[in-house]
Amino acid sequence: MKRITSLFAALIVGLGIQFSAAANTVAPDVLVKSVSDDVIAIVRQDKAIQSGDTRKAVDLVETKVLPYFDFAHMTRLAVGKDWKQASGDQKTILTQEFKTLLVRTYSNALTKYRNQQIDFEPLKAKPEETDVIVRTKVRQPGAKPVQIDYNLEKQGDNWKVYDVLVAGVSLVTNYRDEFGQEVRAGGIDGLIKSLKDKNKQIDPAAAKK
Amino acid sequence: MAAGHSILLALGLACTLAACAGPGGHPKDPLEPMNRATFRFNETADKYVVRPVAEVYDLAPLPVKTGVANFFGNIGDVWIGVNNLLQGKVVDGLSDGGRFLLNSTVGLLGVFDVATEIGLEKHDEDLGQTLGRWGVGDGPYVVLPLLGSSNVRDGLSLIGDFRFDPLMQLEDVGARNSVSGLRLISRRAALLGADTAADEAALDKYGYMRSFYMQYRRNQIYDGQPPREKDPDDEDADDGKSATATDAAAPGIDKSSSPDKKENLE
Repeated sequence: MKRITSLFAALIVGLGIQFSAAANTVAPDVLVKSVSDDVIAIVRQDKAIQSGDTRKAVDLVETKVLPYFDFAHMTRLAVGKDWKQASGDQKTILTQEFKTLLVRTYSNALTKYRNQQIDFEPLKAKPEETDVIVRTKVRQPGAKPVQIDYNLEKQGDNWKVYDVLVAGVSLVTNYRDEFGQEVRAGGIDGLIKSLKDKNKQIDPAAAKK
Repeated sequence: MAAGHSILLALGLACTLAACAGPGGHPKDPLEPMNRATFRFNETADKYVVRPVAEVYDLAPLPVKTGVANFFGNIGDVWIGVNNLLQGKVVDGLSDGGRFLLNSTVGLLGVFDVATEIGLEKHDEDLGQTLGRWGVGDGPYVVLPLLGSSNVRDGLSLIGDFRFDPLMQLEDVGARNSVSGLRLISRRAALLGADTAADEAALDKYGYMRSFYMQYRRNQIYDGQPPREKDPDDEDADDGKSATATDAAAPGIDKSSSPDKKENLE
């Protein structure tokens, strides 16, 4: 009897997982487009963000964009081979500080947005793939459009962005040389200190939390 | 340009003789101390001269700035087309020629980019990319005075780019300098806004720009679709969380064997 109950329970759990997968999984290209559209619609109407209110832009990014990013993965990529020598606590702090830095930089970029048109390219990936690139292009006069690519990984039912490439330059791995240099000079703690100093320098208010 | 040529050659030679890679330095940047000095010079020149002028230029109405950018973009399309042909990309090369003909006529000397409107996309090529495509290695990283990040291959290629630059064909030195100056400022003004991002993002701006340039050029050489390298430092997801979640979601799919979006070279 007990055996049957547990089998039954397993079946229900199994069904539940399948059901939620079917119901909740948003295709990665659809996800990127809907998040971009949302954010741009808000920026277009927000005079404060347009005139450079970074605080407001950060709030927007934190509520609308952050849930779809995997910062632990991004930090691991940025730190590269030295990641292995970091302790659990150090990894948590590194992730937190790197996140602050990226959010701040990205939010400031948003305040520069001026009606550029973004084209979303159709996704070239097979349904069973769990690691895909969503490609977009930002048009600009007199020059080749700027390519912005999002790397996403499927985690359970959800897709999470773990890298963004602007004109082929990874905003994540671009840090690897610098981070490596910091670790060689002062170990993981040296890197943490540099990141904290940098975050304080660009935003004294945010560094206090 | 001959002077630039010999400077670059001298650099390469000095480096070979002195084996100048310092301990712990970037393997692609044996000239780092000198590059850093040039970088500081460029930053200062930008801060006090180039950027302020670009800021004034930026006050012009948007249609004017767009027209100027389009005009210079148009005269660049010929050389871009030649480089596409040199790389064997005949369709792209012909499209660049078509762009030039169309924009120079219907687009009123290139002020309007009608070619893009009808779907002939603008490309971005230069001699350095052509050589890269032909398999010529990039050589050490070099920061050029005023021109910024480069490497030995791309720096030497600039000689060819300049020689075939339509603006350099102008006989009148005054006119040539003014028009080149306007082009420089137009390009610099387009970067206003984006330029502060590097200041905010970088722990060490020199290192950030160096990495940026290397990735950027690689992407250009492969026309935006560089072969995706399996990241050696991303193998051991030792925090386990994301890797386990992925494996659970897709049992039986070995990530390393999944066909990885390598639409290699077109």
